[in-house]
Amino acid sequence: MSEIFSAFAIAFELIVSLDRELYTIIGRTMYVSISAVAMAALLGLLLGAVLAVYRFPGRRAVIVVLNALMGLPPVVVGLVLYLFLSREGPLGFLGLLFSPTAMVLAQFFLILPIIAALSHQFLRDLYLEYQEQLCSLGARPNQVVFTLLWDGRVNLVTVVMAGFGRAIAEVGAVLIVGGNIAELTRVMTTTIALETSKGNLALALALGIVLVFGAIGLNAAAYTLGGVSTYRRI
Amino acid sequence: MLPLILTDVSLWRDGNTLIEGVSVTFSPGTKTIVLGHNGAGKSLLLRICHGLMGPDSGSVAWAEKSPEGHRRQAMVFQKPIMLRRSVRSNVTYGLKVNGVPKLRRQEIADMNLKRVGLADIASRPAAVLSGGEQQRLALARAWALAPDVLFLDEPTANLDPAATQSVEEIVEEIHGGGTKIIMTTHDLSQARRLADEVVFMHQGRMAEHTPADQFFDSPASAEARAYLNGELRW
Repeated sequence: MSEIFSAFAIAFELIVSLDRELYTIIGRTMYVSISAVAMAALLGLLLGAVLAVYRFPGRRAVIVVLNALMGLPPVVVGLVLYLFLSREGPLGFLGLLFSPTAMVLAQFFLILPIIAALSHQFLRDLYLEYQEQLCSLGARPNQVVFTLLWDGRVNLVTVVMAGFGRAIAEVGAVLIVGGNIAELTRVMTTTIALETSKGNLALALALGIVLVFGAIGLNAAAYTLGGVSTYRRI
Repeated sequence: MLPLILTDVSLWRDGNTLIEGVSVTFSPGTKTIVLGHNGAGKSLLLRICHGLMGPDSGSVAWAEKSPEGHRRQAMVFQKPIMLRRSVRSNVTYGLKVNGVPKLRRQEIADMNLKRVGLADIASRPAAVLSGGEQQRLALARAWALAPDVLFLDEPTANLDPAATQSVEEIVEEIHGGGTKIIMTTHDLSQARRLADEVVFMHQGRMAEHTPADQFFDSPASAEARAYLNGELRW
């Protein structure tokens, strides 16, 4: 029992004393996940809106596949990306394996389907509501896409946050393509896994505490935003 | 762009005939009221005229087709569709998709909001307006496009008498500016107040198309006589 208490004590000390290793890892984690989310949001939101508005052959198939990929196991994404990026793989010449860029790519592929599928579901409903009016005003499909993205922005922030939550909490994919190299590709989740197995509970715990409070803060922000918008819609 | 000429227009869905062989000419200047029971095909006829739906057979032809054809007609729906934006932006949006320069949009929007009595609440979110205010906003949005033809689909069906009256006054004012009015209603007293001519629909067919005085005094068709006498017939 006392071991747990002392781990907590050291963990708090690491957090409060702005421990360099701890905050370097937090910073790298943010860089990787925010980059991945920014890219996935840019492409995913556009994809979701296009799927909601345009009718083309194979559209249903794309939607089914996206929905299925929402539950993609991170280790599988890591494995496939590893095969592509490894020296023998088709993209091996880029030399990206075991780099933060590879980790950004892994998280990008992991959350792209989530952002695209969730935004499609929401924007499809919004389009059903708007369709006749926009058509009556003479809006062209490309204008409709951007109208939906703008008018749905509050809900889309929540969608993007769901993607961010998934990215930052994930271990498997970044472990495989990043390699968990100290000072280079170690992020919060992979460090927790490693340090716990090494018996260094304090650092693991400190990271865990930051991760949990970060998640709570993020959800509170999403909830507040959603609450504000509901109020405004009444 | 008027007259609008429908020739032998029919519409089927799932083996049911919803509109059958309607041939009618809408001339400029008059207020045409489309009357009939629920399910008689009034709203569908209006949507076909406006171009929201294509007929399954027959033709819909405008006398002259301008390159900006769509802008010369507008529609107001039974349940106003409000974009999740401010009152003013709901009006400027329609102007924007129709290529009105940015500087002019604000000016036109403010003028039309003033005409319908919403100038004071121009910066409020449209979604918080009352039902009557939303319908007046929908009218301002349509009016701002300076249409040659305005279609109205039961615009007062959900409104109380005071809101209904102000909608009717606005419709009269829009008509006074030279806009052709084509409006559906199932409210006989409203039809008497507004109509210059009546198109009476019964079971998907056009039973008659006569000047208003004649329609209300001595309807030509047996269906219209039954309708005016309040007999249930379908």
